[in-house]
Amino acid sequence: MSGTTFDAVAAARAWRPPPLITAPLLRYAIYLGALLYAVLALGSVEVNWARAAEGIERAGRFLAGFFPPNFLSKRDDIVEGLLESVTMTAVSTALGVALSIPVALGASRNLAALPVYLVCRGIIAVSRTFQEIIIAIVFVAMVGFGPLAGTLTLAFATIGFMAKLLAEDIEDIEANQAEAIRASGASWFQLLAWGVLPQVRPRLIGLSAYRLDINFRESAVLGLVGAGGIGDTLNTAFDRYEFDTAAAVLIVIILIVLGCEYASGWIRRKVQ
Amino acid sequence: MLLTIDALTKRYPTGDLALDAVDLQVPAGQVMALIGPSGAGKSTLIRCVNRLVEPTAGRVALDGVDLTALGSGALRRARRRMGMIFQEYALVERLTVMENVLSGRLGYTGFWASWFRRFPRRDVEQAFRLLDRVGLAAMADKRADALSGGQRQRVGIIRALMQDPQLLLVDEPTASLDPKTSRQIMRLIVELCEERGLAAIINIHDVALAQQFARRIVGLRGGRIVFDGPAEALAAPQLTAIYGEEDWSQTIRRAEPNEEEAPAEAVA
Amino acid sequence: MPVTLHADGTPAWRRRTPAAEFIVWSGWFAAVALTIACFQFISDRTIWAFVWDAPTQGADLVGRMFPPAWSYASVLWKPLWDTISMATLGTALAVVFGVPLAFLAAHNTTPSRLVVRPVALFAIVASRSINSLIWALILVIILGPGMLAGILAIALRSVGFIAKLLYEAIEESDPTQIEAIEATGASRAQVLAWAIVPQVMPAFAGITVFRWDINIREATVLGLVGAGGIGMQMQASINVLAWPQVTTIFVLILGTVLVSEWLSARVRHAII
Repeated sequence: MSGTTFDAVAAARAWRPPPLITAPLLRYAIYLGALLYAVLALGSVEVNWARAAEGIERAGRFLAGFFPPNFLSKRDDIVEGLLESVTMTAVSTALGVALSIPVALGASRNLAALPVYLVCRGIIAVSRTFQEIIIAIVFVAMVGFGPLAGTLTLAFATIGFMAKLLAEDIEDIEANQAEAIRASGASWFQLLAWGVLPQVRPRLIGLSAYRLDINFRESAVLGLVGAGGIGDTLNTAFDRYEFDTAAAVLIVIILIVLGCEYASGWIRRKVQ
Repeated sequence: MLLTIDALTKRYPTGDLALDAVDLQVPAGQVMALIGPSGAGKSTLIRCVNRLVEPTAGRVALDGVDLTALGSGALRRARRRMGMIFQEYALVERLTVMENVLSGRLGYTGFWASWFRRFPRRDVEQAFRLLDRVGLAAMADKRADALSGGQRQRVGIIRALMQDPQLLLVDEPTASLDPKTSRQIMRLIVELCEERGLAAIINIHDVALAQQFARRIVGLRGGRIVFDGPAEALAAPQLTAIYGEEDWSQTIRRAEPNEEEAPAEAVA
Repeated sequence: MPVTLHADGTPAWRRRTPAAEFIVWSGWFAAVALTIACFQFISDRTIWAFVWDAPTQGADLVGRMFPPAWSYASVLWKPLWDTISMATLGTALAVVFGVPLAFLAAHNTTPSRLVVRPVALFAIVASRSINSLIWALILVIILGPGMLAGILAIALRSVGFIAKLLYEAIEESDPTQIEAIEATGASRAQVLAWAIVPQVMPAFAGITVFRWDINIREATVLGLVGAGGIGMQMQASINVLAWPQVTTIFVLILGTVLVSEWLSARVRHAII
C-alpha cells in the first residue's frame, strides 16, 4: 500500500519541532524584547545588599517576635478591629450589590439606551481602575478617619466589580426568552423580573458571595490609610513593634478568609 | 502464548465487581474481538492488562513476564510493548499530528530529549512512513484538533504502532465514527496487525463488525466470559447468552453484504 | 408548585408553600436587620459632623486638586517605570514558584495526596489571604524600603493566586489524554509535559496576564508603605498636602492601568 513517491527520509530531515510562535520575525522580536526588558528592569532594582543581608538576621528576630502569637494583651483592640472589618464587609457588600444592579442594567447594551450605557460604563471604569487604597485615601479626606470611609470605599469598588461582570452576563442572556416575555406585553420592569432576573440570578448570588469574600480581605488593609477595620489594629501593632500581636492578627485574618472562602464556595456551588 | 490472563478480578472501590476471575489466552498474532453489553467489563479488562486500572486479584503475563508484579519503572517498560487505541481517539489536542505520533516513542526517550522534541531521526522517519501509509503525511504539522474523526483515529493507531508493540489494546475504536469510516478503521487495524504479526484485543459494540474482522470472538457478560470461539460459531443462542433475549436474526445476517466492500477504499 | 385552596374551595396557584414563603421572607428580614445593625455599629464610630461637611470638603479637595501640576510629571517617569517593573518581575517570580505549587496541589498530579497536597493547599491559602500591602509592610521591616520589598510582596501574594487558578485548570484537564500518554510507557514527568502541560497552557497564559494586570494596580499603592514605585511619590505629596501633584499621579496611574488592561485583554484574546 505504500507505493507512493513520498520520501520519509527527506521529510524527517526537514522536520523541525513546532515553535511556540509561528512567525519567525515576531518570535525573535518577542524573545529579544523580553530579554532586553528583563535586563533593564532587573537593572533598575536597587538592592542594598548590606541592608538585605542584615535583613536575614532581622528576619530571624522578626519571626522570633511572631512566636508565640499573642492574642491576649491586645484582645480588645483585635476584637474591635475585627468587628469593624466584619461590619464594614457586610454593609459595603449589601450597599454595593444594591447599587451595582441598576448600574449593571444601565451598562447592558441590550437593555439600556446609549447615553445611559456610556455613563454606567464610565462609572465601572473609574471604580475598577483605582486600587481600593487610593479610593480610601480620597474618602478619608472627605468623611474623616474611621470605618465609614472604608465602607464607602468597598461599596464603590463593589459597584465596579459586580456591575461589570453582571452586565456581561445580562448581555449574554438568551434573547428569545426575553423576547417571549416582551411578546406577552410585559412592561420594562416585568421584562426584568421575568425575562432577565431568572437567567442571571445564580450568577448574581455567586458574584455577591465572591465579593463578600474579597471585601473582607480588602477591609483588612484599608486600616493602613485610616479607613477602619482590622488593618488599623495590624498597623498599630507593627508601629509599636508588637510583633506577637501582629502575628495574632494575621492568624485571625487567615482563618476568617479561609472561612469566607469555604462559605462563598459553598454558596456558589449551591446556586449553580 | 503471548498474553495469559489468570483469574483476573477487579472490584471498584464503589463495590462493583467489574471482572470476576477472568481466564483468557491470546497467542501471538491473533486478532481477537471482545464483545458484550455496556458495563460488562470490556474496558476494565483491557485497562487491567496495561494496568491503567489496577486489578484487584489475578495475574496478567505478557510474553512470560508477570505484569501485575511489576514496579512502576518496569511497568513503564512493559507498557511500551502494548499499544493502546482509544474510543475518543485521546490525542493530545493541542499538539501537532507529528507530536502525537512521536508521543508513542516517549517510553524510549529521555525526559529532556522529549521536552525539546529531539527524537532520533529514525523515529521521525518511521513516523513519516506510517503517516504516509494512512495518507496523512501532509498533515504532520497540523494541530490534532483540526482533524476529522477518522483522521484522528488513524493518528491514534500510528501512535500505538510507534511503540513497536507486540500487542494492541483497542478500546471501542469505532464508537465515535460513521459506519463507512468504522469499516475502514477496522480494516486498517487488522491489516496492520497481519503485516506486523501483532496480536490485538479489540473491544467492540458492533457485533457485525466484530464478526467481519476478527477470527476469534470472546463474549463478556457481568465480568465473566460467556462465549469464546471462532467468529462463525457466533449465532443467536450465543448472542442471547452474552446480551440477553432479543431477536438476533437481523444482526447476524447484516454482516454479510459488508464483506463485498471494495478493498481499494480501505485507506483513502 | 404548590396549590392551595381558597376558603370557597377554588384552587390558587402559588410559587411556594406558605411555610417556604415565610422562610424566604424571614431570611430577607434577617439580612436587612443585620445590615442595619452593622451600619449602626459603623455609625457609632463615625463623627457625623465631618460627614455632613463632606460635600464642602470634597468640593474644597477638588478645588485644590485642580489644575494638576503637569510639570511634576517629569520626575514621575522613573517611579512609574519602577512600578511597572515591580509588577512584571513580581509576576515572573510568582510564576516560577506558583507553577510547581499548582502541580503539587492538583489532586491528579500531586506526589502525595495525604502529605504534600494539604501542605501545598495551605501555602496557597496563606499567600492568598494576606494582601500584598500587608506583605509589603512586613517585608519593608525586614529588607528596608525599596523595590525589592515590593517585588517580593507582589510575588508572595500572586503565588497563591496563580497556583490556585492553575491547579483548578490542571484538575479539569481531560483524563483520557493523560491515560493515552501513560499507556505509551511514558514516565510521570513525561506525562506532565506531554499530556497536561499542552492542555493547561492557554489557561496558564490567561491567568498570568490577568494577574499581571492586577499587579500593576497593586504596585501603584505599595509605595505607601515604602515598597517602591509611584506610591512613594503619592505618599510624599499627600503628606505635604500637595494635591495638584496628587492629581498628576492619579492621571498617570489611570493611564497606565488603562493601557495594561487593554494589553492584557489583547493578549488573552490572542491566546484563546
